[in-house]
Amino acid sequence: MNAMVRTIPIELTVNGRRRALEVAAHHTLLEVLRDDLELTGTKECCLVGECGACTVSLDGRIVDSCLVLAVEADGAAVLTVEGLAGGGRLTPLQQAFLDKGAAQCGFCIPGQLMSALALLQATPAPTREAVEEAIAGNLCRCGGYEQIIDAILAAAEADER
Amino acid sequence: MSAASIGTSPNRVGGIGRVTGLTEYVADIRLPDVLEARLVTLECARARIISIDASEALKLPGVRLAMTAADLPEPMPRFGPQFADRPVIAVGETRYHGEPVAIVAAETKDAAEEAARLVHVEYEELPAIFTLAAALDPASPLVQDPALRPNDRLASTNVLREHLVGWGDVAAATADVVVENTYTFPMVTQFAIEPHAFMAAPDGDGIAVWSTIQHPYWLQKVISKVLGLPLSKVRIFAPDPGGGFGGKQHAKLEPLVAFAALRAGRPVRLILSLEQTFQAVRRASCEVRVRTGIERDGALVFEDIEADYLIGAYADIADRVVGKGSYLAAGPYNVPAVRIVARSVLSHTVPSTAFRGFGNPQVNWAVESNLDEAARAIGMDRLAIRLRNLAKRGDAFVPFDTPADGDWEQTVNRAAELIGWGSPLPPGHGRGIALGIKSGPTTGLSYSTVRLLADGSVIVYAGTSDMGQGARTVFAQIAGQELGVPLEWVTVVMGDTAIVPYDQQTSASRSTVLMGNSVLQACRSIQAQLAAMAARLNGLDEASVVVDRGVVHLPDRQLAVVDVLEAGLGPLGGELTGNGETRKDAEPDHPLGGSAAFFEFNCTAVEARVDEETGDVVPVRHVTVSDVGKALNPLQVAMQDDGAAIMGLGHTLMEHYIFDESGRIRNLGAIDYRIPTSMDLPLELRSEVVENEDGPGPYGSKGMSEGALLCVAAAVGAAVQDATGVAIRDLPLTPERVWRALQERPVR
Repeated sequence: MNAMVRTIPIELTVNGRRRALEVAAHHTLLEVLRDDLELTGTKECCLVGECGACTVSLDGRIVDSCLVLAVEADGAAVLTVEGLAGGGRLTPLQQAFLDKGAAQCGFCIPGQLMSALALLQATPAPTREAVEEAIAGNLCRCGGYEQIIDAILAAAEADER
Repeated sequence: MSAASIGTSPNRVGGIGRVTGLTEYVADIRLPDVLEARLVTLECARARIISIDASEALKLPGVRLAMTAADLPEPMPRFGPQFADRPVIAVGETRYHGEPVAIVAAETKDAAEEAARLVHVEYEELPAIFTLAAALDPASPLVQDPALRPNDRLASTNVLREHLVGWGDVAAATADVVVENTYTFPMVTQFAIEPHAFMAAPDGDGIAVWSTIQHPYWLQKVISKVLGLPLSKVRIFAPDPGGGFGGKQHAKLEPLVAFAALRAGRPVRLILSLEQTFQAVRRASCEVRVRTGIERDGALVFEDIEADYLIGAYADIADRVVGKGSYLAAGPYNVPAVRIVARSVLSHTVPSTAFRGFGNPQVNWAVESNLDEAARAIGMDRLAIRLRNLAKRGDAFVPFDTPADGDWEQTVNRAAELIGWGSPLPPGHGRGIALGIKSGPTTGLSYSTVRLLADGSVIVYAGTSDMGQGARTVFAQIAGQELGVPLEWVTVVMGDTAIVPYDQQTSASRSTVLMGNSVLQACRSIQAQLAAMAARLNGLDEASVVVDRGVVHLPDRQLAVVDVLEAGLGPLGGELTGNGETRKDAEPDHPLGGSAAFFEFNCTAVEARVDEETGDVVPVRHVTVSDVGKALNPLQVAMQDDGAAIMGLGHTLMEHYIFDESGRIRNLGAIDYRIPTSMDLPLELRSEVVENEDGPGPYGSKGMSEGALLCVAAAVGAAVQDATGVAIRDLPLTPERVWRALQERPVR
């Protein structure tokens, strides 16, 4: 760490694991996840909260981690894409993404998954329109929206059963 | 276990890493001891660099390097796939907004950012050109030093190259009706969600370079040349790109990062922001003048097309884009006389490069739209005029090229059927239909190696880049099919020039055909070895043994490949190895240097609703049908077509760069440059294929991935005109532009 940069101690629970960190006051949650914790599943693209590649769950709320200062997240529980699968098993949502071919180049997928998860937690049986709206902040240049929407709807349906 | 068979859609090979966040893209790789680099750029397009002072930057703790042109070899090494015109770093003068004049590297990103701010550059902004009109004005400054292009009659102009292609005699042709219009296509950017990223590290007596590149072997040649190292001392790591779309084909800042790493003696990485990526790659804007001559019965007589593409300050692959993109401008039709003049025009803007469709969408927008005007002029149906002139299989529709390689009317008729061509429409709705064609690869060289390991599992080495199109899955399907192995038993290795044999490039929708054939050949070589093995083990003549889809057929019985393999290899184990090579040599006398390996052929039909109050265009139904020969993986094929259609809607409805008077892009980044989101999709999007197993690739496949983008603009534009009666000849069809055009509409 650069000597000139002021650091502040924070505590985060990331994917269920408590982490005590010294973070620079100006560093974003995205930077801390990727650079300090080496959790690189969360992606960096626009850095202005428009593309959704850096979407994570913060205390159950979906945020663009590029717009949240790490110190603002002090004490919070953070869920990233790495925290979805447990014990080598994909979640039904991840499996649906795989089965429906939703992941193409894959770069936007961690963010899409986090937005989808938030939607399904709030609305277990969403309409197609609700899904389109839920991922409206997650850009996919491969244009895989149809498959991503299908995957989210399939996961919702699987959950119903 | 997934069946590996061709024509099914098993889960993507590499898919698990993509849904767990474990796939490593370039920016996710962290080498120990890596330095973070940042660029120093100027706040204008063209400037004379007077002095650069990095002394304050170097005083910052943690800053290890500041490099400018003065620290690089003299003369400045230059590179480029067509012309070696791009300097490693700006020397003397910048030529576009965002061109780096210095690079700094430090222990942390913070220190590097601060250092970049502290590099003091004294410069003088110079007059610059950002439009075709300015570039072609003889009074304007030259973008490039004529000395870069000796013995070139155009070197003292801003026209880099002029491409003339045609047949018949346009000047002498007479037609019942001649329709002439001018169309423009905007500057747009690839906008892969993964910004470009580069890293380099000293590697023994050579260098290793990581890049988001689509063409690792091209990059290897570039690095080898600028550093003066043999190819064997340049190792390129090319992890799967997070989207490419052409923008990641050719070297950009890798040579600069390589020099920085060698100078620092440590790994250096440069991860571009999205804004910097906008300043690294874009599509050429274009102005197209079309004169279409037609008889009253609908027969095309001539097409006379002039296309000026505004390329950037350095050629990159842009001139090839111009030459190849304009070459099929007359479309998939039998036109007796054609004259196409296309010019690549230099400007002080971001170097334009390859972008899905490779120059074709620009001219397609113009020529297909003008064909609608011709149909209107003679009172003919817009679908009928296309079918009337469409090339039939085997027609030499371009006299010196591959004849029409499909039953294209099937594609057109299917699209027309799906859109309900001719059926009544609600008020405010309109329909359009357009055809797109693109020449596939004109040359190619793809080596591959396949290893059948002792337990019957398989490793495929193929130098294609899997940037989302799913090449890895298709190659695994081919190997699985040929060697009788489930997909889970096949590993596909890509992206490392020290391990994977040479592949020319991942472009022009080539990989399924060229690399696919190479992998197929490697598998067939292994099959031949298995046949020899089985013959030896059973005292048979080799000719009596046939290996097909993982089964060894003897005259009297069948054996599993793995059983023959284990018995044949014996107690020491080992493996069988097969090599493949697909080569498509250049044809020196051909205008493009080679005929088309195949054509990508697509028909797009759109029903759109236009809101007359706001000018908003809503694609109600979007139908895209492509002739793919054989869909080896139908889901991946549909996704390529969906994705191309949506990308096409981007440049049709919303995307364009906006410049200020200093040549700065005013809408850099995701806030002010919009690409389609999930809320911008057509209300119904339908992708279908025509499969006649008539392509040159494995199992009759043709290349595909770009076709469904080619004619989106023309189809949507036609639907807007059909709905409103207004022809708009400039893209994108933003609400503002459509609304203004509606206000100026003569009262009907």
